[in-house]
Amino acid sequence: MTAPAARFDTDARGVAPDLRHRSIIQTAMAKYEVVRDRSQSWFQDWEGARDLAARTKLEAVGRLDTYLEQLVRNLEARGTRVHWAGDAQQAREIIVGILREKNARVVVKSKSMTSEEIRLNDAIEAAGCEVVESDLGEFIVQLRGEAPYHLVFPAMHLTRSEIRQTFEAKLRDAPSDDPEELTMVARRVLRRTYLQADVGITGANFAVADTGMISITENEGNARLTAALPRTMITLIGIEKVLPRLEDLALFLPMLAVMGTGQPLTCYNTMYGGPRQPGEADGPEEYHVVLLDNRRSALLADAELRETLGCIRCGACLNVCPVFRNVGGHTYGTVYGGPIGAVITPHLRGFKDWVHLSYASSLCGACTATCPVKINLHRHLLENRRAASHRDARWSYKIGFTIYAAVANSPALWKVATRLLRIGMSVRRLVNGSVLDPMRAWTRTRDLPPIAKQSFREWWRAQGR
Amino acid sequence: MYPQVAVSMVRIFEALGHRVGCASGPACCGQPAFNAGYWDESRKIAVRVVESLRDAEAVVIGSGSCAAMMKVHYPELCAGTEVEAEARALAARCHEFSSFLVNHLGVTDLGANFPYKVTFHDGCHGLRELNDKRPPRELLARVRGLELIEMDAAEACCGFGGTFSATFPAISTAMAEEKCASALETRADYVVSCDSSCLMQIQGLADRQKRSIRTMHLAELLARS
Amino acid sequence: MVESTGEMIERDTILGRIREALRVTAYVPGGAGLPTTVDRRRVLPAAGATFDERAALFARNAGELTATFNVLQDAGTLAAALGVLRDAEGWTRVAAHRGELAGDAARSLGLPLLFTDGGYDRNALERCDVGISECDALVAQTGTVVVTSRSAGGRALSCLPPHHVVLARREQLVADLPAAFQLVAGRYGADYPSVISFITGPSRTADIERSLVLGAHGPKRLTIFMV
Repeated sequence: MTAPAARFDTDARGVAPDLRHRSIIQTAMAKYEVVRDRSQSWFQDWEGARDLAARTKLEAVGRLDTYLEQLVRNLEARGTRVHWAGDAQQAREIIVGILREKNARVVVKSKSMTSEEIRLNDAIEAAGCEVVESDLGEFIVQLRGEAPYHLVFPAMHLTRSEIRQTFEAKLRDAPSDDPEELTMVARRVLRRTYLQADVGITGANFAVADTGMISITENEGNARLTAALPRTMITLIGIEKVLPRLEDLALFLPMLAVMGTGQPLTCYNTMYGGPRQPGEADGPEEYHVVLLDNRRSALLADAELRETLGCIRCGACLNVCPVFRNVGGHTYGTVYGGPIGAVITPHLRGFKDWVHLSYASSLCGACTATCPVKINLHRHLLENRRAASHRDARWSYKIGFTIYAAVANSPALWKVATRLLRIGMSVRRLVNGSVLDPMRAWTRTRDLPPIAKQSFREWWRAQGR
Repeated sequence: MYPQVAVSMVRIFEALGHRVGCASGPACCGQPAFNAGYWDESRKIAVRVVESLRDAEAVVIGSGSCAAMMKVHYPELCAGTEVEAEARALAARCHEFSSFLVNHLGVTDLGANFPYKVTFHDGCHGLRELNDKRPPRELLARVRGLELIEMDAAEACCGFGGTFSATFPAISTAMAEEKCASALETRADYVVSCDSSCLMQIQGLADRQKRSIRTMHLAELLARS
Repeated sequence: MVESTGEMIERDTILGRIREALRVTAYVPGGAGLPTTVDRRRVLPAAGATFDERAALFARNAGELTATFNVLQDAGTLAAALGVLRDAEGWTRVAAHRGELAGDAARSLGLPLLFTDGGYDRNALERCDVGISECDALVAQTGTVVVTSRSAGGRALSCLPPHHVVLARREQLVADLPAAFQLVAGRYGADYPSVISFITGPSRTADIERSLVLGAHGPKRLTIFMV
């Protein structure tokens, strides 16, 4: 077992039986489901919308070079500096380079999972800059030194009382555990930061090729302020987020909202087309866009996995996944969790080290059914398993299944096996649940049914049929 | 493990006047190996199954997951083998038990009698791969004395998932607990499903935690008169 | 823009990898070609066929979003309506831009006034109680206000002060998101403002126990006047 797999196993065993964690997540997800269903029902044809979204993304990804070049041309035409980063290290260097050039001391950030992917904050702090997360959920987990728990809701796992304690310890400002009062504390702190920050760094949800715009979806307004006040603005975005046309946003903005938070549309959906233009009252003097590959091109090259680049990072697959709900976002141990994370992480970070995530699933298919861009997620989990059986066959499994196939294919052996199993199961009962029990993985927490005295085929034969 | 399910199916079809045969080939569809990613080993079984069912007019399967395996996955699994075309033909002749009765035979009333409160668990394969939500409910609606109460989490996975239940037991158990909790909320007497493996998971957890849940396969229930 | 040699190499390397990757053909199901506006309208929520239906839909949406929506007979009554707000909320400092509607409306309040046009002191803006701006469109389908950095006094006016007041004209009401994007594209062509923002309700968060809190960082209150 690789180290990440062992960690996953340990963490999952710790979190899955935690009833308090379970209750917090269930409550949060129940609220999400109610609003999501309601918003979805307003669409005249939600399934039709999924088809259109899937088609758009497949087209965008299928001609990624063309659309990227168009995007960059249009961005640069209005003064944006575009940078290309082949991997995480290059992206960090580019961004830290800009901070150094600007003598930046304080950086304000709006939410970016891509920046988590490249561990940007560590690099910024190592360069001697203060970096402050402005999204409330990110702000909270940053204070706690934790990773975000969920793609969309970084602090889903915390209670108000835990957040109050954090604010008390780190900010010396926690009037109560009322969510509104706590939010106002963060608002006060962040307003000072917005006004003082030298550089604002954002993520992005979409990049529009035909107009050269970066589209950011949010509710709090923290990205808009990050983009309005500091003198330099940087956006980090994965290359796969390109959409062909501005009009495509009319479909994707509501779908992202419905799936991400259950809202018909989030509070702010903003398109950024460059630095401050002549005649404008404010805005950054410089706008930099950093395009990140970091092995997305490897997913692109795989005929089956290519569709995973259509992911709009809405988090819906996490929300419906019974595994995610029970082990929680931190257990995955990597920036992208849930079904999409389980599918792509082996290909982004190392197959052998991360394919265990693809096994931690009952393949129920809830993810595939919910994905707004119709990625066949649970199918990809199965394909990862198949790839693993070829690349790193586990000999116990290979031998076991070969024997199983031989027994299943031979009526004589099957008869013998049935009888042996019956005897074996009676013997097993003597050591039920103990370390000697070969079925201990099951019997630690569940009973086994009594073995029938007669199998169906035995009954059939006995009936003389 | 659950021969009474198949026995009940035989009784039901014979009462409807059909001739029932028992497959002589492999007793397993090969799904465990398939789901674990060991398709070469699974294929060995699949090919034999396809050959053995050559002459069957219709193949009825008392398990949503096995039915999905044969209808949805056999064609691709057997691609490139000598039974490639037969596997595709077989897929069209395979039916999950409840959808066979309702969609193929057009039968919903079997004269069954079961005066209890029942809640139904939708097994994932039957639900998502076979679109099987309606047939079980249409059948249950005709059972005399039966009251169907839907649980909130009818469509949530029970956590069995084949080898998953043993390789990630903590997660599997948590999922079973949530399923049982949802079932208990309905105050139903029985949890019914078209998948014995789901029922084994639910009953196994309920028994260990001393919860008063009784499980029954749909076929067994419908055979009761 | 002059890129460093290193960056140009990286650009070519990445594009090269992409082109190489795309030599593998992947299955693209269903229809070819990108969806049209007609396609999208068929699936998106319905948006009303007449002005009255759209205004009613906008009003309903605004209500759900906890935004205040007032329809006024004409611009003449605007000053009075704003005065009522000023007194109710105790405004002491106002920010606005020199738009036809916004400029006059802001001046009518008789309070210390900050105009953002041509640049301003951000700390002064932060001290303002309200930001008054015009807009490009109101979207009935979603209760959205469309603003740009050109039509609404810059980037921060509509999101830094705790109350954002929007002055819209009846003709600016459009049915749905596709229409809003068409409007923006038609109006600005290749010369877009650097920011186009679709504002749907006051700022909010549910990051703490999924409890809704308004005014996370952006305005806590959004009031829209349609004349």
